[in-house]
Amino acid sequence: MLQGVSEPTPPSRPALPGDPDALAAALEATGYLPDEGLATAAYLALVMHRPLFLEGEAGVGKTALARALAEVTARPLYRLQCYEGLEASQALYDWDFGRQLLHLRAAEAAHDGHGTEELEASLYDRRFLLARPLLQALEDSPSVLLVDEVDRADDEFEAFLLEVLSDFTISIPELGTVRAETPPLVVLTSNRTREVHDALKRRCLYHWLEHPDFEREVAILRRRLPQVTEQLARQVARATAQLRGLDLLKPPGVAEAMDWATALHALGARELDPDTAARTLGAVLKYREDTDRVHALARGALFGGG
Amino acid sequence: MAADQLVAAANGHPASAVVRDVVDTVLGFARTLRHAGVAASPDRVEAMLSAVGHLDVLDPTAVYWAGRLTLCAGPDDLDRYDAAFAAFFGGEAPHVRKSTGPEQQRIVQSAPIETSESGEDGGEPADLATKASGDEVLRHRDVGELTIAERDQLRRLFTLLVPAVPMRPSRRRRPGPHGSVHAARTVRRALRDGGEVSRLMYHRARPRPRRVVLLVDVSGSMSPYADALLRFAHAAVRARPASTEVFTIGTRLTRVTRELRLRDPDKALTASGGAIPDWSGGTRLGEVLKAFLDRWGQRGTARGAVVVVCSDGWERGGSELLGEQMARLHRLAHAVVWVNPHKGRVGYEPLTGGMQAALPSIDHFVAGLRLAAFERLVGVITRA
Repeated sequence: MLQGVSEPTPPSRPALPGDPDALAAALEATGYLPDEGLATAAYLALVMHRPLFLEGEAGVGKTALARALAEVTARPLYRLQCYEGLEASQALYDWDFGRQLLHLRAAEAAHDGHGTEELEASLYDRRFLLARPLLQALEDSPSVLLVDEVDRADDEFEAFLLEVLSDFTISIPELGTVRAETPPLVVLTSNRTREVHDALKRRCLYHWLEHPDFEREVAILRRRLPQVTEQLARQVARATAQLRGLDLLKPPGVAEAMDWATALHALGARELDPDTAARTLGAVLKYREDTDRVHALARGALFGGG
Repeated sequence: MAADQLVAAANGHPASAVVRDVVDTVLGFARTLRHAGVAASPDRVEAMLSAVGHLDVLDPTAVYWAGRLTLCAGPDDLDRYDAAFAAFFGGEAPHVRKSTGPEQQRIVQSAPIETSESGEDGGEPADLATKASGDEVLRHRDVGELTIAERDQLRRLFTLLVPAVPMRPSRRRRPGPHGSVHAARTVRRALRDGGEVSRLMYHRARPRPRRVVLLVDVSGSMSPYADALLRFAHAAVRARPASTEVFTIGTRLTRVTRELRLRDPDKALTASGGAIPDWSGGTRLGEVLKAFLDRWGQRGTARGAVVVVCSDGWERGGSELLGEQMARLHRLAHAVVWVNPHKGRVGYEPLTGGMQAALPSIDHFVAGLRLAAFERLVGVITRA
């Protein structure tokens, strides 16, 4: 290894926000508009080094928060999408067996006279280790780790996630223990398709995300979709709020409202009229029963005015 | 009031006194919260103290959020938390919840629906028909000790249920003699053999228990059977605690899985009796089924599960809604089983309006509630 060459200085990171309001302002600068509770939750997760467990309806901005936090803290974001049967080899690390075999063959062919022990040690070298998101997040510290839709994973996965999140270390029998210098900022999201185990929740800060109120939703639409007219944004936000009050199978979230506004804009609409609204309803409502219900209501009453 | 104490402490006392005051206040608040039904465990309280330490102790909003983020574990806790916070710190909670999740249930819980015209369920014996009213009567179950015969029955049910598990294939795999090639294990073995792939290793899907959801009708018309059904539910939960869910339906939806997980049948039935507010009350099958599907079923509890509805189908909430919701349940569930205690009687025809509406969405119909019927039910669940 070369000596005397100074390590490249790491890129300077912005100082962490000093209180929830400062964090809220920083998040707003990236285009994510949090309310007071969410800003406090994210701030506490940052300073207490506790994972943040976010629950709420689909499309209220759980995943987007992790992205915004990574941007604010200038940390790399590692995302682990959960599904049933997710295994340690996909979440933590795996050995690159193919390359290990090649290495073994190459060593044999070279007859380089090394002892078996040395050969064995060289087989389990860091370069043959494939880091998966959880290990990546610990190695590349400080980082932001997003464990998305943890409710889709099963109990076995929760068990080893718990192990990683409780002391932010991963032990690899052949190599040793990997420890994060600074614990990563962990965001877990859940749509509540399944009750996540208490042991996991106990280690986290828990926050239930609501649909934003009218003004915030308008602000989000305006912020994310600057091309959409103010009037259209207000009308879409109002109509979406009304749809949420209809007791539908799947009430639309912010994501659906944004899709809808984008769709309307793509059709050249500058404001919401019943006809275009009816044609683009597929962007907000994802169940036939819901669509039928809304069509059956007086469409003018729902989408008119503004 | 306690917030005032905090302020006073901060202004006039040495730092240690302030710290002690904050700790006392938080501990007191945690006690209040536990009385309100939120399980604020000691480690959560510790987390709240740490959170308060990072925020402005004198700002009630900050204290509110510090507590809510650390002490609550689910949307059900939030309303109780808000109420406890308002009560303990005086004044209003600084945040008014306009909830989406729990509200749906609250709708069902509050408004008693109007009783529909009689005659809809035409041809019913009068005494039974009056029992199936939509009126909400709230009462808890009278709990007596189990008799020896009942305990015996419970034990037999339990031994019946332990081996009876419906299975489904899962995404997890286990090593096996056939199946698809497991590359990692094959190569690992090759490494052991000096880099020679001498044998292929296989793995295949590991079957897992399929979720079983029991919906037990505890309304007045079901009162002769509800006890036996709850005992059955207890045996089922005890046999497969991880993959069994139990709800009671009447005029409200109540989840009793947690209570029924207690090992002792007396304690479990007492606890579930305490949790059920609408014992022997009216029936609103359609509405409560909708609440179940909105809050639990569609999110995942009913998906791919064997759902067992134990009810006589007496419905005064309009059978149209029940039919709709049963169809919805049928689309989500792997199999829908309906247990009707009346079917075992001679000459019974499933004539009630609710039953007629539900029939198209039922995969298996089981009758009666003698032990033989339970045995048949276990068989149906296993093979479903």
